[in-house]
Amino acid sequence: MSNMILLGTRKGTVIFDRVDSSWRPRPIEHAGIPVCYAARDPRDGTLWASLDHGHWGPKLSRSRDGGATWQDLSSLKYPEGARHIVQMLPTPDFDPAAPTGQPEYKDAAVYKIWNITFGPAGQPGRIYAGTIPGGLFVSDDGGDTWTLNRPLWSHSSRGGDLFAGPATSDNQWGGTPASIDYGVFEPGIHSIVIDPRDPMHMHIAVSSAGVLESTDGGQTWSPRNRGVLNDYLPNPEAEWGHDPHFITACPAQPDHLWQQNHCGVFYSKDGAQTWQKVSQPEAGVHFGFPIAVDEQDGRTAWVVPARADMARMAIGGGLFVARTSDGGQSWQAFREGLPQQNAYDIVLRHSLDVAGDCLCFGSTTGNVYLSEDRGETWQCLGNNFPPVYSVRFG
Amino acid sequence: MPTVTMTRHLYRFFPALENRTITTPAGSVAEVLHAVDELAPGFSDYLLDERGALRRHVNLSIDDNIVIDRRSLSDRVPEKATLFIFQALSGG
Repeated sequence: MSNMILLGTRKGTVIFDRVDSSWRPRPIEHAGIPVCYAARDPRDGTLWASLDHGHWGPKLSRSRDGGATWQDLSSLKYPEGARHIVQMLPTPDFDPAAPTGQPEYKDAAVYKIWNITFGPAGQPGRIYAGTIPGGLFVSDDGGDTWTLNRPLWSHSSRGGDLFAGPATSDNQWGGTPASIDYGVFEPGIHSIVIDPRDPMHMHIAVSSAGVLESTDGGQTWSPRNRGVLNDYLPNPEAEWGHDPHFITACPAQPDHLWQQNHCGVFYSKDGAQTWQKVSQPEAGVHFGFPIAVDEQDGRTAWVVPARADMARMAIGGGLFVARTSDGGQSWQAFREGLPQQNAYDIVLRHSLDVAGDCLCFGSTTGNVYLSEDRGETWQCLGNNFPPVYSVRFG
Repeated sequence: MPTVTMTRHLYRFFPALENRTITTPAGSVAEVLHAVDELAPGFSDYLLDERGALRRHVNLSIDDNIVIDRRSLSDRVPEKATLFIFQALSGG
């Protein structure tokens, strides 16, 4: 049973401890600094927060003493020569006739460290991080140094090896709206899934490109979007251009993957070789950002549905969590303990987590809810937190 | 020697720089910041991205003149000048 919950919020890191049978928040850490992701490394107890400084650039912050003291790191950087093809901001000023047809290149710099994922027990010190603009970074020394995964950065779907020269293929990766805050429109890696059976096997998800898989430790990558239907493209079955909001896999059954996509909920029981749309719009299960899967049963998953997609808030003014236990064939809505009037919350992609029978989520309205019975009933942990960007059990 | 003055916000991350007069050899803005970085390792990571360009919401001025070259920081900081480091309102 987990005894810690970490929130990444607009105003810092909030840590809850389970004391006896209640959850108590500590005074906020990184006070005043936006924290887009916070998590605890289960292997050695190190706490991590991804600081999203408005002025001073993205930083990782690390605590090796349970949160008593923190050390800020500037070690995650793009190497010299890393470039990407610039995406055009979708503004009314954009003139499609203006570009010459030649891609515009930009030297890469980190805008946001969006996700931190810990390696397996057999690889102590191995940590992954996903960034905007679309970089997968790997550390093998607990975050002291980081290496950009070059095969993914130089993938043919991004124009090829731009370290070596001009693009040799078309860029297929689109930008994520989450990048617009930084004055750019670039892709972001928000989900990293390591197969507990084989650490060489991993999936990542990119907004807005899709899911990619590597079976050789990141040396080669292949798109895994078959079956994902993209309502907003002329060809819904296009290989690229998808907008997974979050993907996750069942730890005990890693071939069972779940994806909350911009265009619905998708489930795979064959390691993302194929995806099946399992939305149930009549039950409200379609749009949303986060998704969580049971640690033991790959057919059981939870979502926090929202009104699609221009509204992005609770459906009908009432918050609910939906659970399936049959691979998405049916969904059950749970509302007990959640507000059913005048609720306009939206729960972002990293802001729902599961640990055993416990689930927790937080919203951008600053509400945090906990369930200790697999999502069936909920208790409120507080209504006045800053906007919540991530929720992770420690 | 030029003097470097900065927003108090940076003292949160570099408390050793508080309550002291910081002087460096005259030179380009890049050279002055490099000198501050030697006093407080990691300091320039808060102002510059990994390409050495000034972060979007940071401003520098040499006395009353806003630094023009934000990409390679070639503006000259003369002997008796003060380099001011402050947050751009665009980031607030």
